[in-house]
Order: sequence, then structure tokens, then C-alpha cells
Amino acid sequence: MYDFTYHRPDTLDEAVKIFSDADDPQFMAGGQTIIPVMKQRLAMPSDVIDLGKIGELQGISIVGDTLTIGAMTSHAEVASSADVKKAVPALAQLANDIGDPAVRNRGSIGGSIANNDPAADYPAALVALGATIHTTSREIAAEDFFTGLFETALDEGEIIAKIAIPVPDKAAYMKFPQPASRFALVGVFVAKSGDQVCVAVTGAGPCVFRATDFEKALEKNFSADALDGISISSEELSTDIHASAQYRASLVTTLARRAVENAA
Amino acid sequence: MPVISLTVNGNPVTVEVEARSLLSGVLRSNLALTGTHVGCDTSQCGACVVHVDGKPVKSCAMLAVQADGASVTTIEGLAKNGKLHPMQEAFREHHGLQCGFCTPGMLMSAVALAEQNPDLDDAAVRKGLEGNLCRCTGYQNIVHAVLDGAKAMRG
Ligand SMILES: Cc1cc2nc3c(=O)[nH]c(=O)nc-3n(C[C@H](O)[C@H](O)[C@H](O)COP(=O)(O)OP(=O)(O)OC[C@H]3O[C@@H](n4cnc5c(N)ncnc54)[C@H](O)[C@@H]3O)c2cc1C
Ligand code: FES
Ligand code: FES
Repeated sequence: MYDFTYHRPDTLDEAVKIFSDADDPQFMAGGQTIIPVMKQRLAMPSDVIDLGKIGELQGISIVGDTLTIGAMTSHAEVASSADVKKAVPALAQLANDIGDPAVRNRGSIGGSIANNDPAADYPAALVALGATIHTTSREIAAEDFFTGLFETALDEGEIIAKIAIPVPDKAAYMKFPQPASRFALVGVFVAKSGDQVCVAVTGAGPCVFRATDFEKALEKNFSADALDGISISSEELSTDIHASAQYRASLVTTLARRAVENAA
Repeated sequence: MPVISLTVNGNPVTVEVEARSLLSGVLRSNLALTGTHVGCDTSQCGACVVHVDGKPVKSCAMLAVQADGASVTTIEGLAKNGKLHPMQEAFREHHGLQCGFCTPGMLMSAVALAEQNPDLDDAAVRKGLEGNLCRCTGYQNIVHAVLDGAKAMRG
């Protein structure tokens, strides 16, 4: 790893200021992605701005029908939060199945979505739940936030502050983990709110996407059988050493069915 | 160079580090606590797990400067007054190791797992140790050891 200047600001304003004054700065949350990337010298920032001590990025709360999670909240905190377990149990379960305990103690929801790994779990949840991402300069709907392979709508120096999630009637997340990394080979998050059903898929392609045919069928009849005979095209899906695009397409249907059966 | 102050195994230490120094490296090189092993250096194996403010983390994926002000426990901090920690005793009793390379990380993960979960079963131990790889044992005896060690920790 190349050396850099380390900063640990206490406030968001300070973090934004340090970013704008530095040559080639990089934010760091839990470091579970950025530290390995820096070790490989794939990133060589002049300045690392640690977001870990910024109080404004911490905490989980529920007000009315909205669950709000601070960007620096660790996967372990989301997994064990009584508020999350009560409001969106599927989200607590998703967080509890990210990586391993040590990764969950450091990795954060903000870092995960800023990184937008094609096999990350949170993007599926936030898209399916219709979450809103609050940054230092604006609010972005989750669907508009994840724009492509490791790409998001974030501008230079923009920091994710918190994520606001409308509490659904029921939801479930089913993931087929890649057994070595436990990232999603495919993961499907299904959320139902009133008449509206949202199905978001991660791991299958270069970026999270919605399975709109599934949604239409489930809006008419919220049962696994409603998905009989419906599948997604494998054309735009990923093929790698772990699975072919066809296998991933087949997993999407299977996991969507299981998610519907387990929605709570 | 940054100067950090932290507590390691109950002892206050102040040490000068590079910003890029990993916690694993500072523990091993600057503080001569070589019980923390670096197996992969790529976040995969868990041999480097230590507790930071009571929580298990991979010390090869944390900067030493991030531990400024924290309390760190390494494998050297488990035994008290020459007496093995109950989890260490259980690993010995159940032959939960062969070469021993993974053992420091296994123990640190196992102790935290037992502290956080009053009733562990086989499946919970296996899930709790997902981030710790062992190339020797096949895990069976490690799982037996953790179940027994957890029982002993409850007293
Ligand atoms: C062994 C292992 C297994 C894993 N398994 C899984 C898994 O099963 N599922 C899964 O989804 N993930 C998995 N991960 C990834 C893990 O969830 C990471 O924690 C996550 O991808 C990055 O979060 P972080 O807080 O560590 O971010 P960092 O590594 O600190 O940052 C990542 C990127 O996001 C930027 N960033 C961070 N916070 C903000 C913010 N608030 N605003 C703007 N930009 C920000 C940083 O600048 C950096 O570019 C795994 C990681 C490891 C090492
Ligand atoms: S050395 Fe840290 S996880 Fe392998
Ligand atoms: S005992 Fe040899 S790696 Fe586990």
C-alpha cells in the first residue's frame, strides 16, 4: 500500500472540506473494500478521510413508517437491531448473512452501497424497498442511485449520510451465496406494500435490476405459483467461473419463488 | 508519522506508525505480539482476527491509525496468570488444532462468538466461524472444542 495522509474528522462539514482541499482524496468507512484495494495498489489516494467517528452517520431509528439507517452503521448493528428486526426482518437477516462476523463488525451499509459491487446484498434490498439515499447534497431514489458496474449516482466528494426505508407489509431476501466469499451468486429481494410488489435482483448481472414481469404477476396473485412459467432472459446476465448466465437466470426464478413463500 | 495510543491486552501503549500500517503489522512488528498470524493478507482466512473494543475484526483489514484510542485484545491476552482461557483449554482437550496456524484467529472468533451467544449449537458455531479457514483439521474437532469451551466460559 502506498502511504497517504490520514484524517479522522468529527463532522460531515469537516469531511467535505478536507476532501475539497486534498489532491486525490478517498473516503473510508469500514475499510473492508477500500483497504484491500489499496493493498493491491489499485487505489493510491493522497488522503484517506475516515468517516468512522462522524456522529451524524451513526444510528438506526424508526419514525412513523420510515426506518432510517446511518451510513456508517455496521452490518452487525443492522443484523442485531431490534428496530430493524421488527420493521423489516428480511433486512436484518440479509445483514446477518453478509460475509463473516469480522467483516460484519467493520463493513458499513454506506460503504457497501457506495461501492455497488455487482454481487453485494444491500442494493437488492434498497431497490426493492424503494429506499431513499440521503447525501450531503441531495436525496436520491435507490433505483436511480445504482447506475452500473461499481457505479453510482454519487458525485465527487458527495457523502452518503443515511438511508431512509419505507416499512413494507412484508418482504424476504433469498441469496444463493458463492460459497468462498459468501457474496451473492444471485440474490432476490421481494417486498410487498399494499398492492405494489417490487422484486430486485443482485449478483445476476453487472448491476442490481428489477424483475418487472415477476412484479406484475405477483401484484395479481402474491404466491409462488404466480411465477410458474415466468423467467428472465439470460441475455444480459453474467457468466464467470462460478456460474453461467443460464444458471443465474434459473436461480432468479427459484429464489424469487422462495422469497415469496418466506415473505414476512 | 502519526502517533497512536491504544490499550493492548490491558496495557496502555503509544506507538509511532505510518498511516498505511496495518493493525496486524503493528501488533507483530512494533509490539512483538506475533501470536496474531497473517495467513492470507487478503481478508479471507481469519488467522489475524483480534478483538477491537470487544469485537472480532480482521487486523489485516484495519489500519493501525483506526485503532487509535481503542482497546485491543490479541491471543496473548486470553490466558490469565499463566492459566489458559477456557476456550484455549477446550481446544487442547478436543485436539482442535493440528499445525496451529489458524488457531489464534479461531480462538479470538470463538471467544467472541461464545460471549455473544448464550446457547450455541453445531450450526451456529459453523456459521460463526465462516471467516476462519483451517487447512488441517476438517473443522470437526474445532466445533467440538468451541461448544465445550463456550459451556466452560458460562461456568
Ligand atoms: C471476506 C469478505 C466477504 C464479504 N462478503 C460480502 C457479502 O456476502 N455481501 C456483501 O454485500 N458484501 C460483502 N463484502 C463486502 C462488505 O460488505 C464491505 O463491508 C462493503 O462492500 C464495503 O463497506 P465498507 O464500510 O467496508 O466500505 P469501505 O471499504 O470503507 O469503502 C468502500 C467505498 O465506498 C466509499 N464510501 C464509503 N462510505 C461512504 C459514504 N458514506 N459516502 C460516500 N462514499 C462512501 C469509499 O470511498 C470506498 O470507495 C465482503 C467483504 C469481505 C472482505
Ligand atoms: S491474514 Fe487477515 S484474513 Fe487472512
Ligand atoms: S490447524 Fe493447521 S490451519 Fe488449522
